[in-house]
Amino acid sequence: MLAVQTHEITKHFGEVRALDGVSLQFEQGIVYGLLGPNGAGKTTLIRILATLSRPTSGTARVAGIDVVDDPMAVRNRIGLGGQFAAVDDYQTGRENVEMVGRLYNLSANESRKRADEVLERIRLTDAADRPVKTYSGGMKRRLDLAASMIGRPEILFLDEPTTGVDPGSRLDLWDLIEDLVEAGTTLLLTTQYLDEADRLADRIGVIDHGKLIAEGTSTELKNRLGGDVVEIHALDGDIDSSAAVLTPIAGEEPVIQGQSLTIPALRGVDTLTQVVRGLDEAGIRPEDIALRKPTLDDVFLALTGRVAEGEDAEARPTGPRGRRGGR
Amino acid sequence: MTTTQPRPKLTISQKLTHTRVITKRNLLRNVRIPQLLVFATIQPVMFLILFNYVFGGAITQGGPAAAVGDYINWLIPGILVQSAVFGSTQTAVGLTEDLRAGVIDRFRSLPMARSAVLTGRTNADTTRNLWVLGLMLAVGYLIGWRFGQGFLRVALAVLLVLFFAYAMSWVMACMGLAIKDTEAVQVAGFLPIFPLVFASSVFVPTDTMPDWLQAFAENQPITIISNAVRSLMLPEQAVEFIGFNQSELIWQSLAWTAGIILVFAPLAIRLYRRISD
Repeated sequence: MLAVQTHEITKHFGEVRALDGVSLQFEQGIVYGLLGPNGAGKTTLIRILATLSRPTSGTARVAGIDVVDDPMAVRNRIGLGGQFAAVDDYQTGRENVEMVGRLYNLSANESRKRADEVLERIRLTDAADRPVKTYSGGMKRRLDLAASMIGRPEILFLDEPTTGVDPGSRLDLWDLIEDLVEAGTTLLLTTQYLDEADRLADRIGVIDHGKLIAEGTSTELKNRLGGDVVEIHALDGDIDSSAAVLTPIAGEEPVIQGQSLTIPALRGVDTLTQVVRGLDEAGIRPEDIALRKPTLDDVFLALTGRVAEGEDAEARPTGPRGRRGGR
Repeated sequence: MTTTQPRPKLTISQKLTHTRVITKRNLLRNVRIPQLLVFATIQPVMFLILFNYVFGGAITQGGPAAAVGDYINWLIPGILVQSAVFGSTQTAVGLTEDLRAGVIDRFRSLPMARSAVLTGRTNADTTRNLWVLGLMLAVGYLIGWRFGQGFLRVALAVLLVLFFAYAMSWVMACMGLAIKDTEAVQVAGFLPIFPLVFASSVFVPTDTMPDWLQAFAENQPITIISNAVRSLMLPEQAVEFIGFNQSELIWQSLAWTAGIILVFAPLAIRLYRRISD
């Protein structure tokens, strides 16, 4: 059965088109990653699927049920977690999770039992009886995840589950999410981090300006770039001259991000050889040169003409941003 | 294409459970963060003491209809209403805080009664009001207030005030859900409350006010509730002297309270449902 199916969903907030006709679908049992920069419409879409907000037009079904016609039936089958750790600071971890269990219409006993199980699963058993205000940011996210799981949802929506957590906690959360998925939970995850989508998602939808601009597995998306790329890191003054060498080899202008220049390696190793020879003839000594698989960064840049936002982009040296010719 | 699944309906007992769970959650906050309760309590007690000692002498000397002994006996019923109404602004504040924290989003994604988040909030705030009112009566007793007509009448008066505060909590729920911002709502919540509380019989009788204001003051709910409470708390000869019609005032109070709930509770639930549209 299809876990999620949307048809031409739009959502307008006054003049702003947060979603501009999104149609996507995916089957149960997979992790679908919705990837896009801040303000792309990811959260709006998740809010519609989780029945928090109604679409301006179009239809959306979750587990086969229309989110507008029968939101209560949808709510029975979903869990929602995300950006805000929506847990009460003054309650203990266990109290928070049990409360949500009661609101999923579990009996007091069931809630208690299930709370033990999920707290164990997210490795919070030791801290379960402490007030949440003593938790670290990462622990609060885990608790939020526990709360979203207590109703045994068929489909879990996680809206940017790792945004704003430290790298260690992010790895923890990834492990937990992978465990969940192995246990058979269908997951729709939004993220602005390419590495997150790459690692967790079976299928990825790239969303920008309220539109789904590409879809596929991580490999398929990378293949859209035509396979491998050659990337060089030029020394400071050599960016323009390096670009002049690369352009005729690639038949298009390289993508420039900071000091890195990338071209598709249309002829594999031969392209690399050409580049090395060309640079040598021009008397340019790059800092580094490599033939590599394209990353989702490359894909995102190729699709949107912009570097994906978030830590990955921030970590890069700033500099003139390249445009990519062939969209 | 039509959906074939039967639509799950929440039973009354499920809805009650949801309301109880949310009420407990909100009350727990008062217990676990005791500073909240302490400050929520200090302010009304401070008002009581200030008004009694700052204005009390002048007002008793002036010999208005309050000439029923000490000013405290006039003041206590009014200030109970005032504290309960001020306390109701916490409903708006609490809701905006939950909105900001994303807790409301979680609740709205759960298969729970739509009304429970709001009834759980107003119930908890009314319970907290009961605590504040009890404390004010205790402090009032220490500074000279006495039962005019016995304990039962005082208990009935407190119930009237609480019921009215509950109604005002629904008004404040609407403000919280409409304004959505904690800082803004802290200011905005008092806008309708100040004129209602001060242009009323809460602190002084209305008969010295200019005609136009008197017309408003005498017919607005806070005066009516305050006077209903007075008719239950002042000694009987004082009630007679002032000319309060006890049963009429009580019925009018109940009517205002019920009317406010009937308008604002459904409005609040409607605002809650549509909060992200």
